[in-house]
Order: sequence, then C-alpha cells, then structure tokens
Amino acid sequence: MDLLSSLSLGFSVALDPSNILYCFLGVLLGTLVGVLPGIGPTATIAMLLPITFSLNAETALIMLAGIYYGAQYGGSTTAILINLPGESSAAVTAIDGYQMARKGRAGPALAAAALGSFFAGTVATFLLAAFAPPLARAALNFGAPEYFSLIVLGLLVSIALAHGSILKALAMIVLGLLLGMVGQDIYTGTPRFTFGLRELFGGLNFVAVAVGIFGIAEILRNLENEREREVGVKEVKNLWLTREDFRRIIAPVLRGTGIGSILGVLPGGGHILSSFASYSAEKRLSKHPEEFGKGAIEGVAGPESANNAAAQTSFIPLMTLGIPAHPVMALMIGAFILQGITPGPNVINEQPALFWGIIASMWIGNLLLVILNLPLVGLWVKMLSIPYRMLFPAIVLFACIGTFSINQNIYDIYAIAFFGIMGYLLIRFGCEPAPLLLGFVLGPLLEEHLRRAMIISRGDPMIFIERPISATLLALALAAVILAVLPSIRKKRDEVFVEED
Amino acid sequence: MKTVFRTLALGLAASTVLGTAVMAQEYPTQPVTIVVPFAAGGPTDTVTRLVAAAMSEDLGQQVVVQNVGGAGGTLGAGQVAAAPNDGYTLLLHHIGMSTAPSLYASLPFDPLTDFATIGLVTEVPMTVVARKDFEPATLEDLVAYIKENGENITYANAGIGAASQLCGLLIMDALETKMTEVPYQGTGPAMTDLLGGQIDMMCDQTTNTTNQIQAGEIKAYAVTTPERIAVLPDLPTLSEGGLENFNLAIWHGLYAPAGTDPAIIERLTASLQKALADENVGNSFAELGTYPVAADQATPTALTEKLEGQIALWSEVIAAAGVAAQ
Repeated sequence: MDLLSSLSLGFSVALDPSNILYCFLGVLLGTLVGVLPGIGPTATIAMLLPITFSLNAETALIMLAGIYYGAQYGGSTTAILINLPGESSAAVTAIDGYQMARKGRAGPALAAAALGSFFAGTVATFLLAAFAPPLARAALNFGAPEYFSLIVLGLLVSIALAHGSILKALAMIVLGLLLGMVGQDIYTGTPRFTFGLRELFGGLNFVAVAVGIFGIAEILRNLENEREREVGVKEVKNLWLTREDFRRIIAPVLRGTGIGSILGVLPGGGHILSSFASYSAEKRLSKHPEEFGKGAIEGVAGPESANNAAAQTSFIPLMTLGIPAHPVMALMIGAFILQGITPGPNVINEQPALFWGIIASMWIGNLLLVILNLPLVGLWVKMLSIPYRMLFPAIVLFACIGTFSINQNIYDIYAIAFFGIMGYLLIRFGCEPAPLLLGFVLGPLLEEHLRRAMIISRGDPMIFIERPISATLLALALAAVILAVLPSIRKKRDEVFVEED
Repeated sequence: MKTVFRTLALGLAASTVLGTAVMAQEYPTQPVTIVVPFAAGGPTDTVTRLVAAAMSEDLGQQVVVQNVGGAGGTLGAGQVAAAPNDGYTLLLHHIGMSTAPSLYASLPFDPLTDFATIGLVTEVPMTVVARKDFEPATLEDLVAYIKENGENITYANAGIGAASQLCGLLIMDALETKMTEVPYQGTGPAMTDLLGGQIDMMCDQTTNTTNQIQAGEIKAYAVTTPERIAVLPDLPTLSEGGLENFNLAIWHGLYAPAGTDPAIIERLTASLQKALADENVGNSFAELGTYPVAADQATPTALTEKLEGQIALWSEVIAAAGVAAQ
C-alpha cells in the first residue's frame, strides 16, 4: 500500500465523528493533567484504561495517544507560569519560560511553545507516516555502547544549560549523577544510598525531585520576602508574539523539530535527551547566548518543539516493533493488549486501519491542541493574578496529590519536601537546578549502558571505539571538549558561560 | 413505648452479634481494590485488569486496580499485608511472591502467614528465544551450543529475581554451564536489544514473545512448561530437549490479608472462578499466549500448595546460584 492510500485510509478512520470527539477529549484531558503539576499522563492513562474497554480499539487508542501528547503541551504551561515542570522535558522549558513569565512575557512564551509544538508535531507525524518501519530498523543498531556514547556527548554538550559559574554547573551535574544512583543496582541487586528503606529501592521518583527542586524551592524563595514575592506577575505586557519574536523562533523551531524527531525514535531514552539537546544547540548557536536563562524565547521554542517531535516519533518503535520507549509507551502496550492487539511488527499489516488511523488522528489532535491552547493563553496568564496566599497552597497540594498518585509511595512526598528545601538552599548559594536534573536523569542511563556494554564485550573497553556509530559520537564529544578548551575560542566560550556578577 | 424500646434494644443486640455474618453476606458494599505490585502496562497488570473487569461484573461493585510498584513487588505485597482484612484490599502477585523470601533479607511480611489465599489465576508459559541470526537451528543444537560456548553467550534478563533470570538460572543449572548474564530494566528493553541482535538469548513470558516469534523477528527454541502450548504448537518443550522435568511458568495468584472472614474469601473465590470462566477473559488471555487456570486450581488450597512448594524450590535454586539476599 502506498503512502497516499494509507493516509487516506487513516484519515477516513480519524475523521469519523466519534473518533474526533474522543481525540478531542483525549487532548483536552491531556492538557488538563499536563497543567496540573505532578499528575502526568502515566497516572491518567492508567486510571482511564478500564474505561477504554467499552470503546473499540481505534477510538480507545486515539484517545489515549491524545492524552499523551496533550500532556506534553499542558506540561509546558505550568513550567512557564509557576516554574513547576511535571517531567524532564518541561524542566528545560522552565529555565527560560519562567524567566519570561517573570518579565511579564508569559503570553508570548506560551504562544511560542504552542506554535513550536504544533509545527513539530505536524512534521513528526509526517515522518511517522512516511518512514516508520525503516527508522525503527535503524534505531535497532543502537546498542549499549552507542547509547553510552550518545549520553556522554549529551552531558558534555549540555554544560551549556548553566548560565552561571561553570564550576557550580559541574558540581550540580555530579550531585545529580549521585542522586541518580539511589536505589537498587540492577546488575547485582545491591541497594545504594537507601539507608535500609525499601521504599527507596526503586530510586528517587523524578517527578518528586523535579517538583521539589523547581516548584517548591521557587515558592519558598517567593515567600521569604513578603513584599517582593512575584509569582503573581503584576504586569502582563502582551499575549501574542511580536514580529521580532516570530523571527527569533523560526530557526529554533526547525532545529528542535529535527533534533526531537531523530532522538525520539531511539527506544533507549532518546526522547529524554531531546529537549536538553535542543536547548544546548540553541544556546551554542545564538548570537546572544547571554540572554539564555534570563528569558530567551529561543530557549522555550526550541526545546518545546524538540519535545513534541520526540513525543510523536517515540510511537515509531512502539507501533512498528512493539517496544516501548518509556513508561507511557509501556502503558500504551497494555492498552493495545487489553484491546486484543499485541503491538509488534504485524500491527501495520494486520491492522492497517488502526495503525494509519492513529497516525492521522495525531495530526488532527495537534490541530485541536493549537485551537484549544491559543485562546487559553489569556486564561492561563490570568491565573497568575490569583492572590499568592491562595495560589501557593493549591500548587503544593496538587503537586503532592499528583506525585503520590504515580506510585502511592509516601516517600515521594517526603522527597518533595526534602528537595524543596534543598532547591531553596541551592538558589541561595547561586547554584542552578537544571544541570542537577540533567545528571539525575542521565546518570542512571549512563551507568546502565556503560556496564552493559562492558559485560557484553567481556570487559574490553575497545567496544566503544570499534563500533562505528559509537566511535563517531565519542569523536563528536571529544571535539566539543577541544573546542571548549582551545584558547583561540576561549573568548567565545567565556561569552557562553558568563560568570555571575 | 416499652415494646418499642425492647424491640430496638433487641435489634441492636442482634445486629452486633450478627454484624460480621451480615457484613460477609452483603459483601461487597463498596469498591474493592486489587493491588498490583508492578507498574501499569506490564503483563501482570494486564492480567489483573482483565480479571478485575470480569469480577466487578459478578460482585456488583467496581473492582479498582491500583499499581504499587517497587522493590521487586515487595512494596505492594507489604502494603496489602498491612491493610485491613475486610476484603476490600486484595493483592494479585506472581511467582515473585515465592522468591521474595530468598531474595530479600528483611521482608516486612511472610508470604505464608500474612496472607489468606483466594486462588490461582493463570500460569503464563515462558519461551526460550534468541536473536534472529543466532547459530543453533534446533533445541538440540542449542543445548550443544550452550555447553560448548558457555560464557561467550550473552543471556539477557530483567534483573535480580525477575522471571527471566529465574528461567536462566534453571537452564544453566540443568546444563551445568554458565552463560554471561546481561541484566536490563525489564524485558521490554531486553527485547529491543534482542531484536537488534545486540545480545544472544533470553527467556521471557509468552505475553511478550509470541508476537515477535510469529513475525519471525526472533528465533524461538522451546517452551518452559511440561506440555507444548496452543499458540506455538511447533515449539518443543525443554524436557523434550533433554532438560528433564523442566517446569517453569509464571503463576499468578490472588490474595487477601490474613484473617479475612472465610465467608468473604469464599465469595471472592467464587467470583474469581466465574471471571476465569468468562469467554472474554479466556480470549484475551489466549491473545497473551496464556490461559486461565481450571476451576479446581482457582481455590485457596491450590494456591497455598503452589506457594509452599515454590518457596521451597526457589530457596534451593537461588542459594545454589549464589545470589545473595539484600
């Protein structure tokens, strides 16, 4: 079947009125849970699974997929408005998005995020339709050594995430790596940093750490001075993008879409890297890197596009190979199975209406999201005018409920409290939380792939150089380091890492 | 007036005496929660959700599935062990219930004394699979190949105590040969690497492998059950390949906290049996490459027997493999 007839089959399924309705319900619900801090798509899809029993397979999966990418949209809203990222990708958006909101530019930040996401979603959906099977095959060439090298490259390049002291940024990455070590070592089962608490055997919950270190810390900082607190942004300049804004976001959106589309296909954690990678790329390429971390619109548009593109392309390994790229995708596999379909290489041939219907519905869903979200920008921004004494207990409450709902583990709530205080102290010491979160997310992956590669090679480190993809990635990483230390470009580097004060 | 008071008093007295009996009879009057000690979307979760939906119809109350993952399923099990024994909090756990005592040094519950058994649910067969271009062609070849190449073969598993690891331990034990174990965070990522030819072998539940086998994406050598299975009828059993009496299936059981009213247990057993007989459940299980257990297995006695036997078996195998309890 050629692409056109496949797509027309897909659209005939997706444009069925009840499917449009459920697609809309999905993205609406997704936007809402994305906006509520902590309650992520994982918990929502898990709760809704039983309801989907009564729907037919296409409708059920179209709705669940809608929740997932809808939440990617919604998640950026709270990250921008109140510095409360619900997942790793939104953490990057929070860096510059929140600074924009503090300057009264919450509207443009939200609009840039929505437009970038729409563009990225459209392109990625097309990629998914055109190249899903070969892309998934190519991704399988990524084994442990390749992932290790990719993450090394990611970590080295992402030092640009910091806009303060480079030494502090490095310290934060290392601290993040250490926090990522908490829990049971998967290779030997040895508990590390668990203090005998079995609740910590599974490691620290990402959402709890992110909510604490970004959101709660920010609230504490706001509360320390009754008069200067600022979450209730007083002045909102404009809701829409200026011509200048448009000019500035075009290239970042294009690059973000490219980066996200490629990384999203990798099932071993590529989507996690996408927004970090896009942010680093934008900061490197920007003519005014000093603005990053202080409200650069490129720092919102790029990562948001990358994140949304990756969200779409991460369906590629799921739908063509039956392998989940992350927990939400694992849940989608459960949804497929509950519908009596085992996701795998056969789905595309045996269930063409389902496969193409879901793909077509993603495009429709993205359109619905833009229609839904752009008018809401004004409403969200208004939310900031809620008196802070009412807003902050609500934020804390929702964040705790949402986090608890993931695992029903009370230690996740303790973790929010602990990391809230720690995040506050870090702000006071002038350390930034973003590199810490990067280390926390990538550290465990780095270790896992390093050790697995070494086990497979039976202890021979040459495996990283003998395999061409891995060798290329490591060479790029080396080049990045050399560029950073070469004296002739020292001046440029200094511009990138402007020392504070 | 006097009579009214007397009637009231009698009524009150009667209701206290009959309280528990009445409660059991009316059970359930509120939604029942089944705790799954693993993340949503995994095979155990899927099995639970199918059963829960059917039981909910029979009990006339919503049966809610709650995922309490972490620490190899011991967190969720511990939570149910400590829950009120009123029949409203249940546990659906798999073979891990019997390996936990050997794998965890300080377990906050005793699988045998802290739970009341309701019944077995399903026994999911496992399959021995390998990357598409792995050399051996048949099960016989594979046995010879393993004996010859030993540690040069990479065997993927989902970490300490996972079903995939237990299967490997039993195979290595039977062949008296060690392979190189490569742990993953679950068999999902392990399957990715098997598809990509990054590793040689794995042993996983039919729920995860059937589709890939049928699509010819991976090579299958054997099933781990004593009999061949319906979905993959051409696959020999490991016993046929000379690994005598090899029997491994991921059995799932339904439990309540110890001390739950026997009348409630009886009600739940009946409901479980009815759910397992449901055609819809049977079909969905078949899609997963498994089948509901027979009605005489979905009983407290059968599950207790299974649990006791398996705890004894695994404490030996795990000790022999030198896996230390944490």
